[in-house]
Amino acid sequence: MSSMPLLEARNVRRRFGQVHALDGVNFTVYPGEICALIGDNGAGKSTLVKILSGADRPDEGSILLEGREVSLATPLAAQELGIATVYQDLALAPDLAASDNLFLGREIMLPGVLGRLGFLNRREMRRRAAQQFARLSVRLRSPGVPVSALSGGQRQSVAIARAAMWADKVIFMDEPTAALGVMQTGRVLDLIRQVRDQGIAVVLISHNMSQVIEIADRVEVLRLGKRVARIDRAAASIEGLVAAMTSASAQEETLQ
Amino acid sequence: MNRMKSFFGRADAEPRLALEDDPTQTPRERLSRFIGGGWILILLLALVAVFWISRPAQFGSAYNLTMLAVNAAILLVLSVGQTFVIVSAGIDLSLGAVLVFSSVVSAQAMLWITGSPAGTFGTTPGGWDVVGVGLVVALASGAAWGAFNGLLVALARIPPLIVTLGSLGMALGLAQILTGGVDVRAVPDLLVTQIGTGTLFGIPMLVVIACVVAIVAAVVLHLTRFGLHAFAVGSNAEAARRSGVRLRLRVITIYALSGMLAGLAATMSIARFSTTTINGHAMDNLSTISAVVLGGTSLFGGIGSIIGTVIGVFIPIVLLNGFVILGIPPFWQTVAMGAVLILAVWIDQLKRRTRQGS
Repeated sequence: MSSMPLLEARNVRRRFGQVHALDGVNFTVYPGEICALIGDNGAGKSTLVKILSGADRPDEGSILLEGREVSLATPLAAQELGIATVYQDLALAPDLAASDNLFLGREIMLPGVLGRLGFLNRREMRRRAAQQFARLSVRLRSPGVPVSALSGGQRQSVAIARAAMWADKVIFMDEPTAALGVMQTGRVLDLIRQVRDQGIAVVLISHNMSQVIEIADRVEVLRLGKRVARIDRAAASIEGLVAAMTSASAQEETLQ
Repeated sequence: MNRMKSFFGRADAEPRLALEDDPTQTPRERLSRFIGGGWILILLLALVAVFWISRPAQFGSAYNLTMLAVNAAILLVLSVGQTFVIVSAGIDLSLGAVLVFSSVVSAQAMLWITGSPAGTFGTTPGGWDVVGVGLVVALASGAAWGAFNGLLVALARIPPLIVTLGSLGMALGLAQILTGGVDVRAVPDLLVTQIGTGTLFGIPMLVVIACVVAIVAAVVLHLTRFGLHAFAVGSNAEAARRSGVRLRLRVITIYALSGMLAGLAATMSIARFSTTTINGHAMDNLSTISAVVLGGTSLFGGIGSIIGTVIGVFIPIVLLNGFVILGIPPFWQTVAMGAVLILAVWIDQLKRRTRQGS
């Protein structure tokens, strides 16, 4: 934990009318880790993730990426800084090929005049998509298969592969296995580890405590808009996590 | 599993995980591919075969086949625009009315330039410059109506069905106001003789134009970023927006393109009939929608092709022509078309269900 934080939120506040969704929250992600972000409903997880991925803006506080203060005005601005989000509802176009989905919004064009006229370099897109899927051990019949023909687990994998393609720093994943069966969940968790092994930090939002214990290197716990605990994998237990989520203690504790 | 010569089986020597059951091709998928692709072409070929065999001299004559193509030309240009709109999960009911409006302003502009009085009948003198102005006016008018539709759909978020139903009324009404309800019956001689009845290497000019439009549109839809974004918008607009596709701009452009093609169809229409045809396009919207849907484009967006639309355009035209030649009352064509349309949409839904596999 001595290395420099990759992404850091400092004293971030966000109010919606009278509701203090985030009440001076701190949050830290270190390079190359899977960091679980947990908390009861209304603890402010979603708001924090929205702010850190550019979908919402804080009222107060600062966000630091690799030690430098950054402004994440839009999701696109965050993406350009290497921060991506895999949404719970799978932001994929089902009728498009997996490879087209990977490159949607960042298509590879043909070189020269044809490219300037708007012609796609589909062969290169397929090739690079195949590489990306191979790198992450995602198995598809072919990158040209439409997403609608894939299973739920495969779709989630394509969504994660897409995020890992464009984000080189942090990927936020909001309940990535919520809709999946046991086998598929296992495969997606493996994929998340592979993403981490590529050197991309993963922030995992999950309500599933055993899953958090299984996969996270570190856990940060939010309660009522504040961080109440930071727990290392070695020190984490389901009882401990649940206690941290629900405890009355407002004092931030660190378990290592 | 050994059936699935996976793409990655080779690329990845030691896969740490294999994602998911991968049935290479189930019978359901084969069925869906068949009903998704081939059946409407088979239907068209069967119709042609039946009519050709029953009346080879009449149906198969060069004249009849040429007339089939000419009849299809204007509808095809309209349907190409409609294909882009439906692929992006929209619908354009205003095409026929936009055609009428564009043909009226275009014909009036050409009349005004040649200095002919409003009630002139027949043809007027005027060179390619006059025709060119008329074409530009028609294209601009069509594109403006399309952009109007697109702006309301994209920015005001009014359902396209309502937006284009409204602009249908407005465009048709304004065309009638501009003309007092009487067609403009004089167009430049050059337009009629060179475009309307003219030929290029023996092929009617109208057919040449429609072919060029269809080929260019197919290239744009299937090979360019614009086409990919049209599919993406129709498949999952929210995903497209989050991916950085400029959603509103794309929607506006798609409707403007559709309108502009209606403007081109307007010029083709006045060239062919040497008059505006204010009351002749009430059914165009439904004809184009059924052609597009028959061609395998999904009404729910995200799936479609121009070649399908070309086939879809010919079905009603061949049916009508064949019925006339066989002596079947042509009213039956309307009945047959209705049945075929319902069948097409049913198959589209069936296709979706099999693809989603549940």
